[in-house]
Amino acid sequence: MKKILMGNHAVSYGALLSRVEVIAAYPITPQTQVVEKLSEMCAQGKLKARYINVESEHSAMAACIAAEQAGARAFTATSSHGLTLMHELLHWAAGARLPIVMANINRSMAPGWSIWTDQNDSLSQRDTGWLQIYCESSQEVLDSIIQAYKIAEQVLLPVMVLLDAFFLSHTYEPVDIPDQGLVDQFLPKLDYAYKIDIKDPCSFGSLLPPEYYLELRYKMQKAMEEAHDVIIQVDKEYQQMFGRSYGGLVEEYRTEDAELVLVASSTAASTSRMVVDQLRDEGMKVGMLKMRFFRPFPTQEVINALKGVKKVAVIDRNISYGQGGIFCEEIRSVLYNIDQHERPPVFGYIAGLGGRDITPTTIREILSHTLKEDKPKENIIWIGVKR
Amino acid sequence: MDRGQALKTTIPEEDYMTSGHIACPGCAAPIAMRYCLKALGEKTIMVVPACCWTIIAGPFPYSSLKVPLLHTAFETTAAAASGVRATLDIKGDAETTVVGWAGDGGTFDIGIQALSGAVERNENIIYICYDNEAYMNTGIQRSSATPWGAWTTTTPAERPEDKPKKDIIEILVAHQIPYTATATVAYPHDLMAKVKKAKGIKGSRFIHILSPCPPGWRMSDELTIKASRLAVQTGIFPLYEVEKGRKYTITVPRKQGVPVAEYLKLQRRFAHLKPEDYDIIQKNVDRAYERLLRKTKQSEIL
Repeated sequence: MKKILMGNHAVSYGALLSRVEVIAAYPITPQTQVVEKLSEMCAQGKLKARYINVESEHSAMAACIAAEQAGARAFTATSSHGLTLMHELLHWAAGARLPIVMANINRSMAPGWSIWTDQNDSLSQRDTGWLQIYCESSQEVLDSIIQAYKIAEQVLLPVMVLLDAFFLSHTYEPVDIPDQGLVDQFLPKLDYAYKIDIKDPCSFGSLLPPEYYLELRYKMQKAMEEAHDVIIQVDKEYQQMFGRSYGGLVEEYRTEDAELVLVASSTAASTSRMVVDQLRDEGMKVGMLKMRFFRPFPTQEVINALKGVKKVAVIDRNISYGQGGIFCEEIRSVLYNIDQHERPPVFGYIAGLGGRDITPTTIREILSHTLKEDKPKENIIWIGVKR
Repeated sequence: MDRGQALKTTIPEEDYMTSGHIACPGCAAPIAMRYCLKALGEKTIMVVPACCWTIIAGPFPYSSLKVPLLHTAFETTAAAASGVRATLDIKGDAETTVVGWAGDGGTFDIGIQALSGAVERNENIIYICYDNEAYMNTGIQRSSATPWGAWTTTTPAERPEDKPKKDIIEILVAHQIPYTATATVAYPHDLMAKVKKAKGIKGSRFIHILSPCPPGWRMSDELTIKASRLAVQTGIFPLYEVEKGRKYTITVPRKQGVPVAEYLKLQRRFAHLKPEDYDIIQKNVDRAYERLLRKTKQSEIL
C-alpha cells in the first residue's frame, strides 16, 4: 500500500511495522512528529507498546536500555541536542550489547540555535559503538528501520537511522508500506538471550576489572566487523521479500567508467544523483558513491569504488574542528594503504552546515572545482562561505 | 536458657542477599538491602546506579544478591526502573516488583530529574534511597543530603557544610505519589512493614533510609545501629510515612529528653562544632519535628 508520508512519519511506520514494544521519547524539533504519530498509534491500539513520556532524552535512552535488557524491543527518536544529551547512554547501550534502534533527525548544534540540518550531532557519536545508517528518501527511512532491527538483533549492537532535518523529515513523498505479515516473517519477535529473568537472577553491567574489560571491547569490535556481512545479507533478503535494495553499506551510482567520483550521503546524495545524470548527458564521466553506512565503515566498498579513479570529491555536511570533513578524513584514511598508483587525490568539500541548501548548483560548483585542479591545495575546500 | 531459643527472631529467615559482599565494616547499606529484600521477596528486580552498592554487589562475575540486579548510569535510576517496568507490563508480568535502589548523590543530586519525571508519571516502581549523607564511595564529598555543620572532604572543618539537608521527602510528597516513608536499620520491623506496605500499593513509592557510614561519619564500626536509633530518638531523622501526598503518620515517635548532642557526639564529622552550634541544630530539629507533628494533626482533620 502506498501512502504520502513525511519523513518523520516514515520513521513511525517503520517502528509500527517492527512491532516495537517499548517507546520512551521526548519531543524536539524537527523529530516531534515521529513520536506524536507513535503515541497516537499506541493510543489507538494499532501498536501494542508501552509509551513512556520521559522528562528528557537522557531518560529516554536510559528507559530504552532497561526495557531492552528486560527483553522488549525498544525504540526512541531524537535530534541534535537530544542525541548529544544521550551521549553517555549511547556508550552504555552499545557496551551492554542491546539491539536498540533509534531514529535521529540530523540537526545542527547550538549556538546559535539552529533547527536546520547538518550531521555533527550524529557524527560526534562516532565512537559509541552504534551502527549508523544515513538515509536519502522516506522510503529508505521506513525500510531502514525494519532492516536496522534485523541487523541489530543479529550482531547485538544498537543502530541509529539518520535523516536530514526538514529536507527529509518534513518532505512528503509516496512511500510503499510493506505488508505486516511479510514484515513479521522478515523480522520475527525478539528473543533476547541475555535478558533479566527472575528465575535466573544475574547481575547486569557490574564492576568489570581490567582482566575482563578489554575482551568485551574486543568482542564489540568483532561484532562491528561481523555486521558488515549481516548488513549485506539483510539488504538482500529485504530485496527478495519487498523488492527494494539499498546496496548494503554503500551504493555506487554510474561509477562504472567514471573518472571523477562524487561521494555524498543523506539528501545530498539525492541531489548528487540528479547532477550526475545531467553531467553524464553532457558527456562527462562522473559517478557517485553514496555512503549509506558510516559505522561500520564500508572500508572495502570505498576502496573498490574509488581505487584507480582519477579524482574523488567528498561532500561533507559536517566538520571535525581542527581536522576537516568527517567522511572525507575516513575515506582518505582507508585509501592510504592501497597502491600509490591506484590512489586518487581526494578533494574534501564542506557545504550546507546549519541547513544551508546543497543545490544542484552547489554540486556543479564542487565538480567543476575538482576538474579544474590537479590535486587539492587545502585540506578543506569551503563551499558558499561568505568571507 | 537454650541459646537457640534466645536468638529466635521475628525477622523472616529467607535471605536474598549472600554473605561475602564487600561493604565496609559497619555499613548500614547491606543491612538495609537485606531487610528490604526480606520484605519484597524473590520476585524483585533491583535497579542500581553508581553508588556504594555498585561495589557492595561484587565485581563481575559475582553478585551478592539472589534477585536480578541491573546496574545503570548514575543519574538514571528512576528512568531505568521505568523501562524495566514497561517491559514487564507489556509482557503481562504484574507480580514482579521493580525497585530503584540509589544513594543520596544519585537521588538528591544527579538523579533528581529522572526521579521527579518518573514519580510525576506515577510509574509503578518502588524507589529506595539509602542515604549516607555524602558521596562516600568516592571518598566523602558533600552532597545536598549532607547535614548542616558536617565535615566532608569538600566541606573541610574550617568551612563545614553551611546549608541544611535537602528535604527530599517533602519534594516527593509534593508529587502527590501514593506512598512516601522514612526508615532506619535500627527499627527493622518498622522498615520491613513500610516496604511491605509499599509493595502492596500501585504507583510510585519512595522510601528514604538513613544509612550510617562509619568511615564517612568518622565513627567506630559498631555504632551503626546506635547512631540509627539516636537519629530517630533525637528527632533528627523522624520515622514517618505519607500516604497520597497528604496523610502523615509518625510510626516511631522521638524520645523526650534525648538531645541531638548524643547523636552528634558519636561522629567525628561533627567534632569541630561548638556548643552554640549544637544549640542551632537542636532548635532546627525541634522546629522541624513540631512542623511534622502539625502535619500529622492536619492529616487527621483531612
